[in-house]
Amino acid sequence: MALIELKNLHKRFGRLVVLDGVDLSIEAGQSLVILGASGSGKSVMLKHIVGLLRPDEGEVWFSGIRIDTLPERQLMPIRQRFGFLFQMGALFDSLTVAENIAFPLIEHTHKSASEIRQIVAERLRMIGLPGIGQKMPADLSGGQRKRVALARAIALEPEVILYDEPTTGLDPIRSDVINELILRLKRQLKITSIVVTHDMQSAFKVADRIVMLADGKLIADGTPQQIRQSDNPAVQRFVTGEASPEELSVLRDID
Amino acid sequence: MSLSLIETLGHSTNDALAAFGDFWRFVGRTLSWTIRGMFSWRNLRLLLPQMYEIGVRSVPVIAITGAFIGMVMAIETYTQFKTIGQEQRLGSIINLSVVKQIGPVLAAVMLAGRVGGALTAELGTMNVTEQLDAMRVMGADPIRYLVAPRFIACLILTPILTIYSDLLGVLGGWLVSVKSLGIPNEPYWIFSAQGVDTWEIMEGLVKSLFFGGAIGLISCYKGFNSGAGAAGVGRACTESFVASFIAIIVLNFFFAKLLRDWYEAIYGIVGIFG
Ligand SMILES: Nc1ncnc2c1ncn2[C@@H]1O[C@H](COP(=O)(O)OP(=O)(O)OP(=O)(O)O)[C@@H](O)[C@H]1O
Ligand SMILES: [Mg+2]
Repeated sequence: MALIELKNLHKRFGRLVVLDGVDLSIEAGQSLVILGASGSGKSVMLKHIVGLLRPDEGEVWFSGIRIDTLPERQLMPIRQRFGFLFQMGALFDSLTVAENIAFPLIEHTHKSASEIRQIVAERLRMIGLPGIGQKMPADLSGGQRKRVALARAIALEPEVILYDEPTTGLDPIRSDVINELILRLKRQLKITSIVVTHDMQSAFKVADRIVMLADGKLIADGTPQQIRQSDNPAVQRFVTGEASPEELSVLRDID
Repeated sequence: MSLSLIETLGHSTNDALAAFGDFWRFVGRTLSWTIRGMFSWRNLRLLLPQMYEIGVRSVPVIAITGAFIGMVMAIETYTQFKTIGQEQRLGSIINLSVVKQIGPVLAAVMLAGRVGGALTAELGTMNVTEQLDAMRVMGADPIRYLVAPRFIACLILTPILTIYSDLLGVLGGWLVSVKSLGIPNEPYWIFSAQGVDTWEIMEGLVKSLFFGGAIGLISCYKGFNSGAGAAGVGRACTESFVASFIAIIVLNFFFAKLLRDWYEAIYGIVGIFG
């Protein structure tokens, strides 16, 4: 049985149809990459998986439980099994970096203060930012904030981690370290990963399956190899990073 | 044409009802966390900073408003009382108005502006930067972490701040009446004591407890449901103040009616002229 299942998911905001019948099932231990143009609804899809958004139509299942209809209180224990890296980080700006990372640990474990301090230091080392625990999020750069948010998402060693653009805003070397981190979490702890990214190098490195979202539907689904060789022109252009003549036509006026 | 008008009307009625239901669900969850949270010392860590922010930092503005209201009351009523030769009784009407009506209501309105605006802005910003979602995803209910402590702080501190406002209002009224308008000190206090009894003071304080609760709930709710971006947060702050203000005024009317009925049932009709 699949760990996560989205069945015929529909979501619209006012008149804007964002998801228009998404079907997707994700096996435990898999690492899935979601591709899609900016504004195609990738973040919206991720939020449905943890019940932050409710579908207008369709179902969301997690390990045999239907979660899109569960009341908030019953979602709480299920959400503890997820880690979520928000696209903008979403660090608590009234807490220090260390307190941010410790938040889920204090909330859900009975670890002592010194154990928590140790885990926080360990996580900060993993993301390459040792010793910044006492800083406030406002004092960090965008990329540093993203990495701290990643540290917070993996603090509890959850079963499933959802990464919303983990490498955006990072330099190429740091990006590669994050890719390695995602791979290692998957291999060593058997964590299921769902990664939204625009970074093709990162996508092909971490994925064992890639799907692509366009016009509210999944238009491609396969192994990295299959996606690379896809004969769908939209997928091809996305992978090679080339705009279509129609997309370039908006620039014609400049000439 | 007329059909689409009916449809629009139907939609907006529907939205309004949904928002109303949503608000009361929010209130229910806040009350439930408030009651459960009372038995845990750990929550003091969340409560104390809010008490400081909401309470201590509001004292100056509350004190100034109270004092000036007392002083204005004295100036305005003096002429009226003098024409009927009853200016010695000035204290009774000033102090009665201050502790029963103007003190609690103005203190609450000031707090709705100062505290309510700050709460809505803070929580609204957390909403648009997805910090509330982040908390939910980590399996923590933001109502427990953010709303319950702010609600409790408003509930406890509004009556306390109202006492300050009352006190300064009484002093301000006395200052103008006795020191400037020349009413003799002793009769001023005697008539004041006649005009105001414990019931009236308590009425003001009980009201302010409800005003405080309304301010806390409305401003947190508006923050949690703010629209996107800086503009969304700004609009939420305005709406929050307007809604709190209306709630205060309406609650005040119902308290006046209800408590008057009870008072008459217990003591019969008693006027300030004894
Ligand atoms: N809470 C919301 N209310 C209204 N509209 C929303 C909301 N969330 C998302 N949208 C809209 O849904 C569409 C998809 O948004 P989403 O954030 O999922 O895009 P995305 O694929 O993650 O894009 P990007 O790669 O730029 O992050 C956008 O047009 C956005 O304006
Ligand atoms: Mg996104």
